[in-house]
Amino acid sequence: MSAVNAAEGSARTSQRRAAPGRRRFPCGPIVYWAASLLFIFVSIFPLLYALSTSFKQGSALFSPTLWPEAPTFANYSGVFTEQPFAQNLLNSLLVAGSVVTLSLVLSLMAAWAFGRVEFRGRGLLLMLILSASMLPQVAVLSGMFELVRALAMYDTLGALVVADLVLTLPFTVWVLVTFMRQLPKELEEAAAMDGVGVLTLVFRVFMPLLWPAMVATGLLAFIAAWNEFLFALTFTLSTEARTVPVAIALISTASGFELPWGKIMAASVIVTLPLVALVVVFQRRIVAGLSAGAVKG
Amino acid sequence: MRPRGGLAAQRVRHAWWMAAPMLVVLAAVGGWPLLRTIWFSVTDSDLSSLGDYAFIGLENYVGEYGLLASPDWWQAVGNTLLFTALSVALETLLGLGVALLLNQPSRLRTLLRAALLVPWAIPTVVSAKMWSWMLHDQFGIVNHHLLALGVIAVPLAWTADPQLSLFSVVLVDVWKATPYMALLILAALQMVPVDCYEAARVDGVPRWQVFRRITLPLIMPGLLVAMIFRTLDALRVFDLIYVMTSNSRDTQSMSVFVREQLIDFGLVGYGSAAATCLFFMIALLSIVAMGLLGKTVERAAR
Repeated sequence: MSAVNAAEGSARTSQRRAAPGRRRFPCGPIVYWAASLLFIFVSIFPLLYALSTSFKQGSALFSPTLWPEAPTFANYSGVFTEQPFAQNLLNSLLVAGSVVTLSLVLSLMAAWAFGRVEFRGRGLLLMLILSASMLPQVAVLSGMFELVRALAMYDTLGALVVADLVLTLPFTVWVLVTFMRQLPKELEEAAAMDGVGVLTLVFRVFMPLLWPAMVATGLLAFIAAWNEFLFALTFTLSTEARTVPVAIALISTASGFELPWGKIMAASVIVTLPLVALVVVFQRRIVAGLSAGAVKG
Repeated sequence: MRPRGGLAAQRVRHAWWMAAPMLVVLAAVGGWPLLRTIWFSVTDSDLSSLGDYAFIGLENYVGEYGLLASPDWWQAVGNTLLFTALSVALETLLGLGVALLLNQPSRLRTLLRAALLVPWAIPTVVSAKMWSWMLHDQFGIVNHHLLALGVIAVPLAWTADPQLSLFSVVLVDVWKATPYMALLILAALQMVPVDCYEAARVDGVPRWQVFRRITLPLIMPGLLVAMIFRTLDALRVFDLIYVMTSNSRDTQSMSVFVREQLIDFGLVGYGSAAATCLFFMIALLSIVAMGLLGKTVERAAR
């Protein structure tokens, strides 16, 4: 019984300590605060510095102060007037939007099949889909190049939509299957009683319930397509057909001597701020989606 | 409770119809191009006349000018392996640290999580440009502060110096991918039952010991999955290296090598051979990894 007494004793002395489950960090609070603040600083500093650079011009670019002495919007207007950056932004939006819509519709249908019906070959197919997400992009590059040419899509946005699907589909299917499995069985039985068709069941009954998962998956697919570089670099040629990452990677001055860092940073800030805003607003959803895709899957 | 034969069969038929569009699309944009790439790798196809090629066997691999005899290819393999080993090791250590920070209930937690998602959400091309600017040899803020602190005596050419460029690339990758690693590890941490910590606390086990003897073994499967994901990702690195150091031999990864051969030199056959090698390397590694993690994956696939 001495163990019980000891436990009681320690429970009494630690009564004023944190509630159960607290203090999971293996070091003291000073280390916790210092490390957290350091990580926060390192994570956001490059973005802050890019923001600061984007408001500098001329020789001010070469002084590493964080607060620009003579803030200017010249870089921002320059990005839009000296090259088709507005067109590039629109391209990225169109590509990412189409990729997200297609991926979600296709994988929602497939998720019902894989998540709620037992059929032969299901495990094998799921494994194949999972392994498709390991596929290196360059492994499909020459085959995709041929496909894109055969479809007469070279140097068009269609090529990028087609190519990006290979990046998004595997994980949108995988994540939606995970969430589809968690819905109660009774729903389907009730729908079957009413004689509802499969498509109605998936899009009218399951889709509204899976809304949070759809948002998380859609956001991840959007970010993947928005950030995609290799296909966009390879399958487009003209500046008007470029997406934003390619436009930023290939920004150069007319003289081609030194890179126009102010404009590059302005363009970077323009494409990054909406993403960061999305991510901060939806952080819980995204974290749930990421971990559903990886740890559970 | 056995389902009636007719209804069950109909359900399976419906399932195939529902899965078919996705399967067809994935086969068309994934399976078919992959098979074509493997086929191209045994031909002398080139970019200007893709359809006009001859079968040349394994010439692209083992021929006199084949891949296996090319020092540039082996350099790219070495660069990729070094990049992968360094970045995954650092990301695991830092990611574990950040995950532990995130797992601690605190007022800072929301801010920390939001800040961590910033590097993850920034397009790789953009982070490569941001860091190229910060690491600029003449005007970069990193050199400026290191010089001011007296850590270095002369400005360093972070992305141009062959001794440094690979480490600069690793640094940026660690900055960008640690959050992802941390979130995966956090998911594993949150599945550790609170009772374990309670019991240990009641027994007065030191916190460091709790971490080593309870937390670490319990999150090991999750940690391994995260490491494998990152390894497979790092092996196919392209954007970061292409944007930061373009086609420089000192940092060229396998993916960068493939694209240079395929597109810049137009050698579709030769480039496809390199792509095929990368594909089989990753496939082999995935199979080994799945074997090692058999139980975890089995549980997930059920």
